[in-house]
Amino acid sequence: MAKLVVKNLTKVYSLGFFSRKYIEAVRNISFEVDEGEIISLVGESGSGKTTTAKIILRLLPPTSGDVFIDGVNIWKDITDQESLKELRRKVHAVFQDPFASYNPFYPVERTLWQAINLLREKPGKEEAQEIIREALFKVGLDPKDILGKYPHQISGGQKQRIMIARCWILKPSLIIADEPTSMIDASSRGGIIELLEELREEQKTSIIFITHDLGLAYYISDRILVMKDGKIVEEGKPDDIIVKPSHEYTKVLVESIPKLYRKLEDI
Amino acid sequence: MKGEALLKLENVKAYYKMGKYHVKAVDGVSFEILDGEVVGIVGESGCGKSTLANVIIMNIMRPLILLGGKIVMKVNGADVEISSMGREEAKRKIWGKEITVIPQSAMNALMPTIKLERFIRDIAKSHEIDGDGLVKKAKVRFKEVGLDEECLSRYPFELSGGMKQRAVIAIASLLNPQLLIADEPTSALDVVNQKVFLKVLMQLKRQGVIRSIIFISHDIATVRQIATRMIIMYAGKIVEIALIEDILKNPLHPYTKGLFNSVLTPEPEIKKRGITTIPGAPPNLIDPPKGCRFHPRCSYRKPICEKEEPKLIEVEPGRKVACFLYGG
Repeated sequence: MAKLVVKNLTKVYSLGFFSRKYIEAVRNISFEVDEGEIISLVGESGSGKTTTAKIILRLLPPTSGDVFIDGVNIWKDITDQESLKELRRKVHAVFQDPFASYNPFYPVERTLWQAINLLREKPGKEEAQEIIREALFKVGLDPKDILGKYPHQISGGQKQRIMIARCWILKPSLIIADEPTSMIDASSRGGIIELLEELREEQKTSIIFITHDLGLAYYISDRILVMKDGKIVEEGKPDDIIVKPSHEYTKVLVESIPKLYRKLEDI
Repeated sequence: MKGEALLKLENVKAYYKMGKYHVKAVDGVSFEILDGEVVGIVGESGCGKSTLANVIIMNIMRPLILLGGKIVMKVNGADVEISSMGREEAKRKIWGKEITVIPQSAMNALMPTIKLERFIRDIAKSHEIDGDGLVKKAKVRFKEVGLDEECLSRYPFELSGGMKQRAVIAIASLLNPQLLIADEPTSALDVVNQKVFLKVLMQLKRQGVIRSIIFISHDIATVRQIATRMIIMYAGKIVEIALIEDILKNPLHPYTKGLFNSVLTPEPEIKKRGITTIPGAPPNLIDPPKGCRFHPRCSYRKPICEKEEPKLIEVEPGRKVACFLYGG
């Protein structure tokens, strides 16, 4: 069974007080993600990628359409706190700006304690500390360097790793990563990607990458969906999309990306 | 003359003075820029690339101080020592006329409260040249970079990001400077506008408006598109200088290797190669590691790397590396 089913999803934002203006951010899109599958939603800014992600995360209600996770319609079937909590255990987000994911007034491990509190069976204090330590090791961090530190004392790459440590505590079955590597240094980007791949290998986690970085999408995904003006204009295996794109927009996008081993022709 | 040195830096040192501490942002950097070439300066954030751009034009303000070294430029056949000028003198004699800089936030370099035409007239006034003439020239230049001349009567906020960027190049090159330094000019643009920007830059060079370009960026794939040579910086020092084909085929310095292996572009070669990371983080430049500054992160390190600093030596014609693996 598909992990995630998105069916005829539409989101219309309305603007203005007297004269209403409507913007169709997402127009009737449908797709599925299987267990353990990595897909990428690619497109320029304003193409509706993040709106789609927010609806799947149950942060933003859709105008119409359905989202099913493990067969549960997250916008219609979830009514009580308990099932919402269950959803939060299952679906995890890793956002673009690692700074914004932390409260600057608290030590960084607070986000990990919050994850512990979400666990179905709450561990004792000592056991919890052990779980946190283990999760930090798992993402290549030494607990000594992290515990007790405040967000401004650690690097962006480390912050993003801690977000992934959260994933090791909660073991979500679906991760939505919205531009997870765009704000960290190139030399630490590879590490973040590897960690997410490892999570998929060991936990069979499904991952949706939301990105404008076709290089990343090409490298990591099993399938790429190209979005433009709220619609999915092309969908396929990375090699097909990059080597022989069929939609005009994808062609322009692929051609304009600077490559390492090829020179752009017309400059 | 093509092929002759246009700009020469010799052992340039520029530190930020923070109370008792010195941040060694540019520490003993020497290189040449030849007439007619495009050089890419590449490195991670905090390696001193942008400081270097400021030092070249003597845009030096506290806490940044120039500790030593020489910066010499050829102007009308004569050597002009920029490093012996003060900031004000360099501003009058060099900025805009001989060297122009497109800063990282070029899109915000325009004055938000005045129209572009007024901005250009202000430039003419500060360089004591005819305002009408410069505006006329600007109209032509705007068309060349693909902007309507009507943009001159607009405010900056009425232009899109890509348009602003092009307006900035057009204005920066109005006085036909010999050297253009672009500091991370494309990092705020999407890929389509990035390509347009590179195109405009190369077109200006082909037309002879500018003679040489220094392109500072952390994005190797973008630099590779236009550069003929590449300079790799790490922690305030140059670790490798090479022709673009050589460095692509065979990066020598371990840091260069790591940097190239972390590039992620949509190409089959990259997928086959896989992606690696350089462990650790760049050092704090207040107290950089002794010996080779890269040694704590280097997987090829030898005992000597911790004690002595490798020199930047020529290993092949036109190729320099600072690493003990190659004799350093």
